[in-house]
Amino acid sequence: MSVKLTSRQVGDVTVIDAAGRITLGEGASAFRDMIRDLAAKGHKKLLLNLNEVSYIDSSGIGEMVSGFTTVTNNGGQLKLVGLSKRVKDLLQITKLYTVFEAFDDEAEAVRSFK
Amino acid sequence: MARRENGKMEKTQTTLDSTLESVDKAEAIVMEEAQKQGFDEDEQHQIGMAVRECMVNAVVHGNRYNNQKQVHLDIEGLEEGLAVTIGDEGAGFDLNSLPDPLSPENLMRQSGRGILLIRAFMDEFDLHPRPGGGTEVRLFKKFSKS
Repeated sequence: MSVKLTSRQVGDVTVIDAAGRITLGEGASAFRDMIRDLAAKGHKKLLLNLNEVSYIDSSGIGEMVSGFTTVTNNGGQLKLVGLSKRVKDLLQITKLYTVFEAFDDEAEAVRSFK
Repeated sequence: MARRENGKMEKTQTTLDSTLESVDKAEAIVMEEAQKQGFDEDEQHQIGMAVRECMVNAVVHGNRYNNQKQVHLDIEGLEEGLAVTIGDEGAGFDLNSLPDPLSPENLMRQSGRGILLIRAFMDEFDLHPRPGGGTEVRLFKKFSKS
């Protein structure tokens, strides 16, 4: 299964629910398209919910970094919620925990946007 | 327990096309073998991801999706663990040319983290020219002691 992406609004925060695998090919490109589309439409507070993501490879991580840059350059913020232990490990190994603000709880994550 | 009861050594060799489907296929083949060998779920995941990253390098950067070139996957169950060798038929690769993905100036780069992950997940990683041309990577994962 590749990645399935849907978005919903919680107040002024756009939550992107991802499910499946974010890997090189269809998964990573679908993720890239979604972030670019939301940024182009003016969404500035993006919360990526990875609760149902079973697997991310280095290409998927690269797309997350690229998405972060796209959103930030657009004057917005991209934060993460619902990271599994494996995804947390990936952020530790790649030192990207210093870049991404990550939360365990969605309500707390939503409140963190200013 | 992470070690095969009979300690039997086995070697399988598979030749794969230079496609992204081969990446998924190789990952599945090696993870199945890792499970048979007694690696736990986390270890299987680590081995699978390392193989995936190597396969992506072989297909995308080595063979550049060339359908005239193939990827060579060897899996060997050893007394101490599992060895996986992945070879491409590309132009070769200099490991020293790879920027450090953990340097502050490279942290936000989109690519270049594959080998970092492979090294983090496997006990041994060796990259060398493949006999006959291309690049060969040997990965090794030890059985856990418990």
